[in-house]
Amino acid sequence: MNKHDPKGIPHTTPRQSATFTQDINSDIRRAAATGIYDIRGGGAKRKVPSFDDLLFMGASISRYPLEGYREKCETSVTIGGLHAENPIELDIPITIAGMSFGALSGPAKEALGRGASAAGTSTTTGDGGMTPEERGHSDKLVYQYLPSRYGMNPNDLRKADAIEIVVGQGAKPGGGGMLLGQKISDRVAEMRNLPKGIDQRSACRHPDWTGPDDLEIKILELREITGWKVPIYVKVAGARPYYDTTLAIKAGADAVVLDGMQGGTAATQDVFIEHVGQPTLAIVRPAVQALQDLGMHRKVQLILSGGIRSGADVAKAMALGADAVAIGTAALIALGDNDPKWEAEYNALGTTAGAYDDWHEGQDPAGITTQDPDLMARFDPVEGGRRLRNYLKVMTLEAQTIARACGKNHLHNLEPEDLVALTMEAAAMAQVPLAGTNWYPGKPGTTY
Amino acid sequence: MQTIDLSETGLREMNKMLHAQADNTNQTAWEIVNPKGAHAIACGLDAPIEVTIKGSTGYYCAGMNQQATVNIHGSAGPGTGENIMSGKIVIEGDASQYLGATGHGGLIVVKGNASSRCGISMKGVNIVVQGNIGHMSAFMGQSGNLVVCGDAGDALGDSCYEARFFVRGTVKSLGADCEKKEMRPEHLTLLQSLLDEAGIDADPAEFTRYGSARNLYNFDVDNAGAY
Ligand SMILES: Cc1cc2nc3c(=O)[nH]c(=O)nc-3n(C[C@H](O)[C@H](O)[C@H](O)COP(=O)(O)O)c2cc1C
Repeated sequence: MNKHDPKGIPHTTPRQSATFTQDINSDIRRAAATGIYDIRGGGAKRKVPSFDDLLFMGASISRYPLEGYREKCETSVTIGGLHAENPIELDIPITIAGMSFGALSGPAKEALGRGASAAGTSTTTGDGGMTPEERGHSDKLVYQYLPSRYGMNPNDLRKADAIEIVVGQGAKPGGGGMLLGQKISDRVAEMRNLPKGIDQRSACRHPDWTGPDDLEIKILELREITGWKVPIYVKVAGARPYYDTTLAIKAGADAVVLDGMQGGTAATQDVFIEHVGQPTLAIVRPAVQALQDLGMHRKVQLILSGGIRSGADVAKAMALGADAVAIGTAALIALGDNDPKWEAEYNALGTTAGAYDDWHEGQDPAGITTQDPDLMARFDPVEGGRRLRNYLKVMTLEAQTIARACGKNHLHNLEPEDLVALTMEAAAMAQVPLAGTNWYPGKPGTTY
Repeated sequence: MQTIDLSETGLREMNKMLHAQADNTNQTAWEIVNPKGAHAIACGLDAPIEVTIKGSTGYYCAGMNQQATVNIHGSAGPGTGENIMSGKIVIEGDASQYLGATGHGGLIVVKGNASSRCGISMKGVNIVVQGNIGHMSAFMGQSGNLVVCGDAGDALGDSCYEARFFVRGTVKSLGADCEKKEMRPEHLTLLQSLLDEAGIDADPAEFTRYGSARNLYNFDVDNAGAY
């Protein structure tokens, strides 16, 4: 740019780089100032092909719809009937994902239990063990068995309605958890058997097994300890969904929980969240294919998570073959996380409502992702539970609305044939036709 | 004494019988014959009973043990005594990898050697090994005591927290943030009591103590190479 050119040559406009964007430059400045990678909560913020790129076609002459207010559309789901004496019976196919006590406050865990129970679904513990708050308020509680084994003990294991062996999380396939010093309160430190105030690193691998053959034996041990009563789920990140699902089933899992890269986390490196894993949309079909190849579809349940926000997402997940979904971030938002009513306080933390993701710092203005007694006191678990129940009901009603429009009397009857894709990418990933065509990339042959 | 022939009774029935024992059971002595390396033998016990296994066991024998004493008259497979809460496990032979992983309490005694990752992520258990232990032992060990009368392999106590390690022989190498510590009188007393409880005759004065240097407790860019 020639700012003071006496000859009057026109100036070029200042141009921002598409490579070195303001965001990227701020990352570089932050790294240069601190010498440590950025840690945050939440899931991938980048735009990836998603359920938003799919549409339902609805009924027409060849398919007739069900009457919205008269004809039933069932929503119940049974999880874990294959090997367990007491499978989990849920009224709705939307479960609450595992979120650790430590990342969340005790009252927030209580609210998740209240809301889920009122809506007829299950909640899940997390890294850090089972709290009386959530056991007491959850009709159906899934106990996570994680690499760190923080707070893991056989008494709680026997109190669980199901066990979820966590191999990976969509936000960080191949990574362990983090809980930074600010959140290691006395109670958290005691439950995890750690010194107070340290930066805690959770292991990324289980300490006493590696690989599918060991996993089979680990599942045997857990079944023996719990008398073959409760279902055992295996949770994997959306890394290699076909093989991971296959191996989990062969190891004897009753259900597979599959978590895509949009899935939230309490805290991990930003580079991990944004650059490792596959989008939720891309992982469903390979997992369903694995179930079908083994003749296990609908026998071993597939629970899909990672960026599920609405009844439309639920319906799309189920149409692609999932048996149920799990929600984390959306549940926190329903409780009041990132609510604009705290905008002034978000601004004081250098952020804004909707973008707040420094959950690991423990200063959550909404009092949910914190262990600070004053902030925690802002959050009312009864009101939070009511809000979550409402939200779960709305999602269910939305999914039913779509299913009826597609002529289905159970959400499980939704099928890929009900869908079209808006983009080539989504068509390829979901293996449903690009809207207006009868074709998707990779489709074997082309028929009408 | 109740005797169970595992080859006839089967794993499920055997564990069911052991799990049925309550705190006040009068059937306190059990013997299991023909274990033949089966997995998950006597896991999840929670009663003051003594179970003696005549032979070698597979994975996760006595896993998550509470209250019970489990004697293995043979060698023990991977993950024996994992997440033990209380009680005692005595292995007459050798122990495979991950012995006592994440154990919260109780005592594990190995008369032979223990393999790699012995005491990984230990959270309060005491482990006494008469022979040697393998590499990466007590990785991320949080609390409890690991006593080794022989030698320790590579990377002992890597990334450990407050667990204590007492080794009589050599340590091939120490893991990240693990260092040699001073043996104070209280440590000699503690070690003596652990050796006594394990029924092992050794002089505490011959041991060296190791533990966390606590340099990795909080992230620091200058330690980045150690993570
Ligand atoms: C605050 C928070 C804490 C979490 N803690 C755990 C955990 O302890 N264990 C786990 O397996 N997943 C954990 N997750 C991941 C969730 O179980 C789930 O996979 C994810 O939230 C689903 O994606 P969504 O957030 O887009 O709904 C956590 C997620 C959040 C947001």
